[in-house]
Amino acid sequence: MPKIEIDELRCKGCGLCATVCPKKCIVLSEQINNLGYTIAVLDEAGGACVGCALCAEMCPDVAILVFK
Amino acid sequence: MQQVFKRPEALKDVQTHFCPGCHHGTIHRLVAEALDEFGLQKRTIGIASIGCSVFLYHYFDIDVIETPHGRAPAVATGVKRAKPDSFVFTYQGDGDLAAIGTAEIIHAANRGEDITVIFVNNTTYGMTGGQMAPTTLLGQKTSTSPYGRKSEKEGFPVRVTELLSGLEGVAFAARTAVNTPKNLMDAKKQIKKAFQYQVEGKGFSFVEVLSSCPTNWGMNAVEANERVGREMCEYFKLGVFKDTAGI
Repeated sequence: MPKIEIDELRCKGCGLCATVCPKKCIVLSEQINNLGYTIAVLDEAGGACVGCALCAEMCPDVAILVFK
Repeated sequence: MQQVFKRPEALKDVQTHFCPGCHHGTIHRLVAEALDEFGLQKRTIGIASIGCSVFLYHYFDIDVIETPHGRAPAVATGVKRAKPDSFVFTYQGDGDLAAIGTAEIIHAANRGEDITVIFVNNTTYGMTGGQMAPTTLLGQKTSTSPYGRKSEKEGFPVRVTELLSGLEGVAFAARTAVNTPKNLMDAKKQIKKAFQYQVEGKGFSFVEVLSSCPTNWGMNAVEANERVGREMCEYFKLGVFKDTAGI
């Protein structure tokens, strides 16, 4: 089962990952990290992650790791 | 389960100072991936410029020289000539390369120095507060063109890649963007190609990467990312402008 790991200390909540996810399974949460940013989280309620890594490619902070 | 996406080895595992959504981080990663692919990390000397790109030495696990504003191609020339076995690239913004450093870049390119230049164009001076740059688009509001840039007073945005393509010394010149996955993949390809030119000793290679600057454009990250495709790619056409070796 493919999965992504979002490093919550590195995420700046820019949301670029969510705009490119074909399954729309990344959402911006209300969780705030140590820098004060609201971070992106994996939410597979609407569709499961397929491990395409587009989110990781778009992430300017290399905060997403992809496993397949 | 196998890891299919990880941080490149040439990129240090540290927090960057870039604003949320700034493309500098993405471009840093693409450069680091290209360094990894060619196994260049140990013999690379990066040349940092002035601007938000100034902290190259904090983010890349390579040797870096920090240069005065605009002088990166001149320093790169010296490094490459003194140590021909090293791999030398400069990483410069548009305020650095297209304004104060115009003389250096044009002459380094014209001499056909065996270096690679990564030119990050975000149409503004990012670090100093969003002033108008030579690459600022017509009508774009900045802190020094509050009513929008006008061609009668401030001239037209400079298309640096086209300008340099006209010089005999330039071996490879391309313009790319990282606003969509498709453009990003192409940017990755062109950066690797530019590095290959230097690895094979084929001369001066230049890659312009269109970048967003959400903070100084007064936009959020997603809007700024969209502006790159909507406005910048219209004026600054993407593509390979010169590819003399046909790699």
